[in-house]
Amino acid sequence: MRRSAYNLYGWLLLLPAMALLALFTHWPALATFVDSFWSTPKLRRASTFVGLDNYRSMLSDSVFWQALLNNLMFALGTIPISIALALIMAIWVNDRIVGRAAVRMAYFTPTVLPMIAVANIWLFFYTPQYGLLEQVLSLFGARAHNWLGSPETALACVIVVAIWKEAGFFMIFYLAALQQISPTLAEAAALEGASRFTFFRRVQFPLLMPTTLFVLVNAVINAFRTIDHIIVMTRGGPDNATTLLLYYVYEVGFKYWDSTYAAALTVILLSLLAAVALSQYVLLDRRIHYR
Amino acid sequence: MTARAQPIPYALHGAGGALESAAAWLLAVLWLLPLLYAVWTAFHPAEFSARFVASAPLTLKNFVQAWHAAPFARYFLNTFVLVTLILACQLVLCTLAAYAFARFAFVGRELAFALVLLQLMIMPDVLIVENYRTMSWLGLVDTIPGIALPYVASAFGIFLLRQTFKSVPRELDDAARVEGAGPLQVLWRVYVPLAKPVYLAYALVSVSYHWNNFLWPLIVTNSVEARPLTVGLQVFASTDQGIDWSVICAATLMTSAPLLVGFLLFQRQFVQSFMRAGIR
Repeated sequence: MRRSAYNLYGWLLLLPAMALLALFTHWPALATFVDSFWSTPKLRRASTFVGLDNYRSMLSDSVFWQALLNNLMFALGTIPISIALALIMAIWVNDRIVGRAAVRMAYFTPTVLPMIAVANIWLFFYTPQYGLLEQVLSLFGARAHNWLGSPETALACVIVVAIWKEAGFFMIFYLAALQQISPTLAEAAALEGASRFTFFRRVQFPLLMPTTLFVLVNAVINAFRTIDHIIVMTRGGPDNATTLLLYYVYEVGFKYWDSTYAAALTVILLSLLAAVALSQYVLLDRRIHYR
Repeated sequence: MTARAQPIPYALHGAGGALESAAAWLLAVLWLLPLLYAVWTAFHPAEFSARFVASAPLTLKNFVQAWHAAPFARYFLNTFVLVTLILACQLVLCTLAAYAFARFAFVGRELAFALVLLQLMIMPDVLIVENYRTMSWLGLVDTIPGIALPYVASAFGIFLLRQTFKSVPRELDDAARVEGAGPLQVLWRVYVPLAKPVYLAYALVSVSYHWNNFLWPLIVTNSVEARPLTVGLQVFASTDQGIDWSVICAATLMTSAPLLVGFLLFQRQFVQSFMRAGIR
């Protein structure tokens, strides 16, 4: 084929996918940015350019700050625990424990269930009086507590659900990586008399670093985009205690219909995601051991 | 050569091993507990929904009641159409784009690829406000294509297939061309058959993602005719008509059942698919 034919063919093959990407990813991302500098059109007032007004009102919007703080707490609460659990699960399932196929299935099952469905189950789990949690706690003589209804405990409750849903998913990646570690390494370490923990700390864990990075990035992204369980379990309440950033975008955009303020909030959310992606390349890549 | 099996280093044995196995099992039970709890509640009369006695009678009434309380048959159909539509379009579009990236050195390829990868970071899940506006402009609000369109051009799918196509030996490609096959014939006869396991992996991941997807369908649909199962379940469960927990649990299990059964039947393929899709 001639060069120009190559060009033409390449672009023709790419065209359908690129057109849709442009329409539903690139264009909306740009439009979000532009819209955030305009006012939301009201009944009689057309949209006008307001510069940084949306961002200025964001600075004095206590709900925004709380959503941001909640989201950071949510990320800090879910990410380390779910990754640590995933690693432990993978090591257990990788070792020859009895009935490991069943154990692996148990860990992975939450991943295939719809978040919306499991959130309903967990909602019942946390219900005051009837809920399983209350029943178990009352056996130990604990006082009745409305877990999802109190601002102090609601966020922790949704964090637990997120950990439960994600750990088994991340386990899969660790499991795949563990299976690629050469068995001769274990033999060599055993000959040297290294304890099992030393083998994990000095051999397995460093070799798993690329996987940890991959899982970490996914975990951070998920912490900022998963709000299904919030919609089912708390609707951001009580008193905004479980309002996450994307949930706030959803509320502002589709309950108050303030689309340009929602756009400004989306810009913040996108910048956070971009920062995560950038730090993946800049900060973490250097410190990771690649074979 | 000795026929005796070598002891596996760091295999679990003795008291420590038993303890670790026990811990692994305990965690497994803990992990299944919410599901078991839902199963118990769904298959027993409401008065036993939180009372665990062995003599509680089994019943299917909750499922019957849930099925009649909301148009679940329609929701199942909608989800089925949605998931099929998305997967079919994704497979075609991603295959073509991945083939272009893998085998055609066209001008602007690197830039185009960077623009595609951007979607891994800026996902449709986050661009809800603008995408809703686009959909109302296109007149696709409250339709199944409206739910599907933002996900059809999948950066993840393009990336995955591009990696696969790149590993296909050039000689196979050249041999087919010598026999006079055009670029699309080469794609269809050489690349697609060799990528079958990747297609299966991608299909499982895509189907389970879109079967479970909730936020965007919730925003863009508002009628029974377009709503997928997840949104239907939420509408059903959040109506304050004093619906029993046991009925909600039955509905919850019902909506998750196809995926769950599929997972139990094809456990190995599922796990391997998610692995394959995750390793880059």
